[in-house]
Amino acid sequence: MSNGVENKQGAEEQAEPTPSNAVTPSPLVTALQHAYPEWGGEVTEAFGEVTVVVPREKIVEICRFLKTAPGLEFNFLSDLCGADRGPEEEPRFEVNYHLFSTTRHHRLRLKVLLNDNDTHVPTVSFIWRTANWHERETFDLLGVIFDGHPDLRRILLPDDWQGHALRKDFPLRGYEPYSLT
Amino acid sequence: MSSLPPQFEIVDRPLDTQMTISMGPQHPSTHGVLRLELVLDGEMVVKATPDIGYLHTGMEKLFEYKKYQQGIVITDRMDYLNPLGNNLAYVMAAEKLLALEIPERAQVIRVLMCELQRIASHLVWLGTHALDIGAMTVFFYCFREREKILNLIEAASGGRLTPSYFRIGGLMMDLPSGFERRVKQFIDGFLSSLAEFHTLLSGNRIFQNRTKGIGYISAEDAIDWGLSGPCLRGSGVALDIRRANPYTGYENYDFEVPTEEGGDVWARYMVRMREMEESHKIVVQALARLQPGPIKADAPHVVLPDREAMKTHMDALIHHFLIVTEGFRVPAGEVYHAIEGSKGELGVYMKSDGGPKPSRVHVRGPSFVNLSALPQLAEGEMVADVVAIIGSLDIVLGEIDR
Repeated sequence: MSNGVENKQGAEEQAEPTPSNAVTPSPLVTALQHAYPEWGGEVTEAFGEVTVVVPREKIVEICRFLKTAPGLEFNFLSDLCGADRGPEEEPRFEVNYHLFSTTRHHRLRLKVLLNDNDTHVPTVSFIWRTANWHERETFDLLGVIFDGHPDLRRILLPDDWQGHALRKDFPLRGYEPYSLT
Repeated sequence: MSSLPPQFEIVDRPLDTQMTISMGPQHPSTHGVLRLELVLDGEMVVKATPDIGYLHTGMEKLFEYKKYQQGIVITDRMDYLNPLGNNLAYVMAAEKLLALEIPERAQVIRVLMCELQRIASHLVWLGTHALDIGAMTVFFYCFREREKILNLIEAASGGRLTPSYFRIGGLMMDLPSGFERRVKQFIDGFLSSLAEFHTLLSGNRIFQNRTKGIGYISAEDAIDWGLSGPCLRGSGVALDIRRANPYTGYENYDFEVPTEEGGDVWARYMVRMREMEESHKIVVQALARLQPGPIKADAPHVVLPDREAMKTHMDALIHHFLIVTEGFRVPAGEVYHAIEGSKGELGVYMKSDGGPKPSRVHVRGPSFVNLSALPQLAEGEMVADVVAIIGSLDIVLGEIDR
């Protein structure tokens, strides 16, 4: 019995060659630059996390590539969230894609920057179905429009809500009391 | 008669047509205020569409208006069954930005409390899941054990459901005297309680018939839907963030990652039952590792000074005043920190612009993502099984709606 447990643990260790704390992200950065040279100098590293700023026209292509690229295998979309940098900033909005690999256990952040007057970005919900609700949430709270999304409706706020609550110019208490009746 | 609104008019409907019914938001087995729009063909679910947002309180907006240390109390209210896990994800994101070094004792206490909280969270899941399926007794046994854990959390932090025990840079305060003895008392009796739960449910034929083969999801689909935690491990994927990206010293603890191949409600049930054993193992190890030492990081501009130092030292008083009135400045940048919450990957995305308040905090709630897979899980199942499937996902609406 004890032998079986030991063997199992040994197998687990082999299956997880790269616990991410041990991986200095630099190999990941070089692997990324090697795998996709067109990124150029936009691969940045801060607080132990790798961020790549991606033009929005290429986000679908890059996500599809990263999902299966050998050695990278970012097959798990941990999170997708938007952020508002403030009404004066240009570009104003950012959409962050937090990718994770269930086999290699490393993480990557893709970032798409959007201007205030054109908040469209192509959907990735057909690459990872989990993106569906994340994109709906980002649309609901920040007003980022995901082109090609199968069901882009508000998700947290009521359907007849006016405005996008997480924008910096949306007041904390709203414009007027909301009535459900 | 003609003045009746159209929805009240009696229409001749043949029996074989599909029917749309609304399940919730007051349905007891939806664990809060979840509404499901079910399209039914007889008793079979053709399509299930979750409708959420009834509990939305704008927490992510609120974070932007509160100082970093004030945000901790908001996190308690998200997943109210796992508040210490939420605290940990939030403070660790801030600590990553601040590049703080947390002392050993604080880390061990964090692990100890988080694992106790995980057991408590799983006990609520077990009790309510069994209750949904029709086994009433288990609920009382589970809540008896959970009460003991809540008493422990209360002893340490002063709060039962909203502890806010972890602070940026360490802990609110050290453990009270006699705490180790009380934890030991609890863990000594816990395994026999767990055996009791197994006796009540695992060998129960009705329970097995209600759970085996229900709500199946394959490993590929589970990854595609972003399932995490016990829901993913129930489909045979051995992924645990405590192992994959260790934090707070989890790499030093000896525990297994339980997986089941079934992918159904029963598999997710077994994974959580075995996880409680593993958490029990971690608690025992954490107790053994508990050594005297500091519980707060050596960072006077971030961590509140001790009460005694504040009364006797001028600089401590100044730091205390500045932290409380102005808050502390956090270097500009952005981090995403994920921990293994009781329900799966609990991630906090935090963006700082250099001021005392975060410019954006986003929480990746595991319940939110796990629930989004419900349409696939429920399709083709019976209405009564939808209740079992929701129970097996272990959702908390406070976290989904935030």
